[in-house]
Amino acid sequence: MKIAIHRNRCIAVGNCAALAPEVFDQSDEDGTVVVLDAAPPDHRHEQVREAALRCPSSAIALHGETPAHDG
Amino acid sequence: MTESGAIPIAGRAAECPFDPVPELYEAQKDEELRRVTVPSPMLGEFDAVVLARYDDVKSVLADGGLHMGGSMPYQAGNLLSYDGPEHTRLRRMLTGSFTARRARELKPQIEGAVEAALDAVEKAGPGADLVQLFCAPIPTQVICELLGVPYSDREEFQRRTQVALDFDISREEQMRQAAEMEAYMAELVAQHREAPGDNVLGRVVRDFGDQLTDTELAGIGNMLLIAGHETIASTLSAAIALLLRHPDQLAVVRDDPSATEGAVEELLRICAPATILPRQAAGNICVRDREIEEGERVVASVLAANRDLGSHDENLDRLDVRRPPQRHLTFGFGPHQCLGQQLARVELRVALPALFNRFPTLGLTVPHEELDYRTNALVFGVDSLPVTW
Ligand code: HEM
Repeated sequence: MKIAIHRNRCIAVGNCAALAPEVFDQSDEDGTVVVLDAAPPDHRHEQVREAALRCPSSAIALHGETPAHDG
Repeated sequence: MTESGAIPIAGRAAECPFDPVPELYEAQKDEELRRVTVPSPMLGEFDAVVLARYDDVKSVLADGGLHMGGSMPYQAGNLLSYDGPEHTRLRRMLTGSFTARRARELKPQIEGAVEAALDAVEKAGPGADLVQLFCAPIPTQVICELLGVPYSDREEFQRRTQVALDFDISREEQMRQAAEMEAYMAELVAQHREAPGDNVLGRVVRDFGDQLTDTELAGIGNMLLIAGHETIASTLSAAIALLLRHPDQLAVVRDDPSATEGAVEELLRICAPATILPRQAAGNICVRDREIEEGERVVASVLAANRDLGSHDENLDRLDVRRPPQRHLTFGFGPHQCLGQQLARVELRVALPALFNRFPTLGLTVPHEELDYRTNALVFGVDSLPVTW
């Protein structure tokens, strides 16, 4: 799994950083997403998928996902 | 176009204020958009399109076709008074102070406030009012410290907040209170201009003070102060009242720490404290293929939308604290989505289990039907919760 961010979409709500704090943080300046681990280990994939799903501005894209594992 | 008479502004049923009025369920099923008359001394009686479907509410909040316009009284510095780039500019000055990490870092402080409140309830003994001693003090203390507002001033600003959020109080009275709030905050802002404190207000003055007028700064301070204490206090009061009606669900919150996160989301979904979101059409827009004309007022019902969630699950009317977290709209959606939601979640997750663990046999001293619910306020809650244990 590889994480890519649509930076201009982020509205700094922080759901990702609340759901997967080892993978996402937020900038102290304006609260926009900071990726701590762009290729997270398997045991965090579930959390990361949830974070992407709950992002209100669809700013988190996940690559290398097999559709069978989605949702 | 369907005209369906008047409905109370928040659309809460008189018999059970946790439930939407039947008209909202009808509106949800109706393919046509409904226009209703909404009576409110604060906003003046007005006609509005009422949106009750989850998908409709979400899409109009996200796509920029609606704006705040004149839907709420204007206040400089209050994010809810701005749209578009002006809104983004102001919001970006604050988002860095309300990150998930900062909310987590506040946990020890929140735990301290919760313990102190529980001690006060215990000391007062049976008959204690949880709203006065628990629901209000916790978020008030937290936001005061976070912002840099003296906690000793709480009585005044709590009273003014009640007025500011009451749809039943006239616009003139609202204006008078708003002027008092502004004068109060202006003084604090002046102090931060002299010597910026180590808190959110101090930070905004330090980092952005040269781009903001004193009036805007005071508006930002008051917005954060009001939103930061009254919303959480109301949510706590409503959630506690609801759980006391459902002892089996209360037991889950009390006994199973692994259920806390999901339970809080479920309580937020059902209570929907910010019951409606008022807007105005910025131009002619379409919802599905039905038109809303430029300038028309729109009322989006979070209460109704949260029980629909775009699915046809009939069960969504039921409180089920074991339900996996749902994508509710309790914190709004789109550019105005709640700035303080991570903080609110941490406070609720700490406070609710702690209350029921300190008082495992908690119960009301009055029948449920006698509780006074604030159904016509911008934020839904209970006026007082006399309890025993
Ligand atoms: C359970 C508690 C809370 C609930 C239910 C809640 C709900 C909401 C909702 C629904 C909105 C969007 C309003 C709209 O779109 O018209 C909102 C906006 C906002 N909330 Fe909250 N809120 C809560 C707690 C807080 C806290 C603790 C703070 C601050 C410390 C806060 C600060 C704000 C601000 C500043 C806005 C305006 C954001 C903008 O316009 O960009 N809220 N809140």
